[in-house]
Amino acid sequence: MAYRKTVASIVAAAAMLGTSSVSYAATEFTWWHAMGGRLGEVVNEISTGYNASQDACNLTPVFKGGYEDALTAGIAAFRAGEQPNILQVFDAGSATIIGAPGAVVPVEDLLNDNGVEFNIEDYIAGVRYFYADGEGKMIGMPFNSSAPILYVNEDAMKKAGVEAPKTYEEFEAIAPKLKEAGYVPLVQSHLPWEFVENFKSRHDLQFATNNNGYDGAEGTELIFGEPIRNHFKAVKKWLDADLFGYYGTGWGDNQAPFNEGKVALWIGSSGSFGGISKTVEFPFSATFLPYWDAVEGANKASFIGGAALFAMSGKSAEENKCTASFFEYLTSPEVQYMWHKETGYVPITEAAYELAKKDGHYDRTPAAEVGIQQLSLEGGEWTKGYRMGFYVQVRDVMNRELGKVMSGETDVDNAFDVIKADGDKLLERFAKTTGN
Amino acid sequence: MKKVQFQSRLIPYLLLLPQLGIVGVFFLWPAAEAVRSSFYLEDPFGFGSTFVGFDNFIDTVTSTDYGRVARFTGVFTFFVTALSLGIALLLAVKADKVLRGASSYKTLLMWVYAVAPPVAGLIGILLFDQHVGPIVDLVAMFGWEMQVGVSYSDTAIAMVVAAVWKQVPVNFIFFLSGLQGISKSVQEAASIDCRSGFRRFWTVTFPLLAPTGFFLLIINITYAFFDTFGIIDVILKTEPGNNPVTLVYKVYLDGFRGNDLGGSSAQSVILMALVFILTIIQFRLIERRVHYT
Repeated sequence: MAYRKTVASIVAAAAMLGTSSVSYAATEFTWWHAMGGRLGEVVNEISTGYNASQDACNLTPVFKGGYEDALTAGIAAFRAGEQPNILQVFDAGSATIIGAPGAVVPVEDLLNDNGVEFNIEDYIAGVRYFYADGEGKMIGMPFNSSAPILYVNEDAMKKAGVEAPKTYEEFEAIAPKLKEAGYVPLVQSHLPWEFVENFKSRHDLQFATNNNGYDGAEGTELIFGEPIRNHFKAVKKWLDADLFGYYGTGWGDNQAPFNEGKVALWIGSSGSFGGISKTVEFPFSATFLPYWDAVEGANKASFIGGAALFAMSGKSAEENKCTASFFEYLTSPEVQYMWHKETGYVPITEAAYELAKKDGHYDRTPAAEVGIQQLSLEGGEWTKGYRMGFYVQVRDVMNRELGKVMSGETDVDNAFDVIKADGDKLLERFAKTTGN
Repeated sequence: MKKVQFQSRLIPYLLLLPQLGIVGVFFLWPAAEAVRSSFYLEDPFGFGSTFVGFDNFIDTVTSTDYGRVARFTGVFTFFVTALSLGIALLLAVKADKVLRGASSYKTLLMWVYAVAPPVAGLIGILLFDQHVGPIVDLVAMFGWEMQVGVSYSDTAIAMVVAAVWKQVPVNFIFFLSGLQGISKSVQEAASIDCRSGFRRFWTVTFPLLAPTGFFLLIINITYAFFDTFGIIDVILKTEPGNNPVTLVYKVYLDGFRGNDLGGSSAQSVILMALVFILTIIQFRLIERRVHYT
């Protein structure tokens, strides 16, 4: 099968080469992305579909490795004057690229200048402002938008005679039964994203000063209050009682035991949906990321995760026109629905969401709707997002200190004190880079 | 003997030029650039940079993590160097005595040399994987719950094992050729004077191997410092978390993943100075005790 697929893709590539050399009038433009595996295949399908839909432009998608690799490659290329037209940048890197005015053409301007209608209200509420500037102008086009959700091994629920939990209090009640049934009750896969950032969002808690960093880099400091410290104290208690499993920082290491059917509840990305439905052999469902009922005002929407597409500056008007026309194609309900259906990432426009509903997608696979429902939950003061520079390193600090908590090298309070100290220092350094 | 000299004084310089050019473009220029940017804080896209004096160095040295990383680098370098030299020497001495099937025995020991570091890391990861690793299963029989990627020390052990495994063949080849270079007459004379093979080794063979050993010591320290990068990256899956990292790996993390060019440059300048000092110490102190014949 794999062999046939390879042959088919070579033939397809050769055919594409053929067409591009014939229609030499088409404007070439490139898209650097970080979508590997199945996701990369879908990206290629979208590009092929776009190229087939018109003659003026020819898009070449290039896989650049992980999110960090793609951002670094994009930055290095920009400095050398050889940037791609479109660069995919993930949530944690958005402050870096948005904080460098002149690196990108804001998507709102790009579309307006090229005669593509743009109305921010067309996008679902959860994605509107995450990649926007302080004034609410959309800078990056949300592309693969995801939410951390709870995947449920239905066999485990049946065996233990319990229901999937909505809150962490409910989880505490059922965890011993799941353990008794022979399962690791709960596993997460990305501590900073699932247990820190979205913990803040789900409980509507302030994450950083300066309006979560949106009001400017200078003087932005992290905030870690009692609720999040208590959460990690509880997690550590579960870990010690074998009610929680931790397998390191790597995403895959934590997903593997769930895929093998050893874990009852796994917190992953809504974008994991496509991959899971192709690999696991047990019935599974999904539900919202749990919250603590004890925290007042909880059960709010989560931050939008994933990544956005940025139109890099310094490109000819002709190429920018192509980029705009590709964004128009990409946000059309049909393409969004196809992307949503194949990958599990949420559709970013209301129209695409309606189309998925009308087509009966959620009647067939109710788990596919969980991500967008969670993003559409009631928002609060602190659920819009966060904007912090050097955030990749801030996340590294979180992974380091919270990893130490898990392995027993430090305690929760100490860990958060260090994260705040080191994180604030990084934010201060970042403020200096943009302050000139 | 007839002395051959160049006609013009310029020709030798001309012939040296390509080599000097390469050193200049690939070593000196980047090094100078690193020193320059270590005094600046720069936004990743290169729109503006601010001169901050020694701030980058102060921030680096005072960060809570830097001491931990530096300590680990020292410990890691010590174990990788000592173990890969020790094991290689033992294997070489034994291989030198093998008469039958010597070449197949030697080939078996040497082939690992051809393995690229990331591949060595990958093999290490397969062996030490938390869920399916055979070594993890093996030590579990002795009651050791090994969790590479979660426990700091377990990850460190996996790194050292993979790094040593990769380096032993190099050392083995050099030690073996060194042993074979020791003249038979010296060894025979020694065996008349002393019956203990152990004492003969330490008093005669080992000192004669010292030049090889000294060369390998420097090579191995450099290896542990810099060339283990691929192994470490693969074992950590580029997500260090609370796991140990070396100084070089931290330069990469902050510079290439975190886009903090100033901070990462400051770290690499510190590292440059460190290696410079280390090399001077090695040649000043240790080489005096080594006798070349």
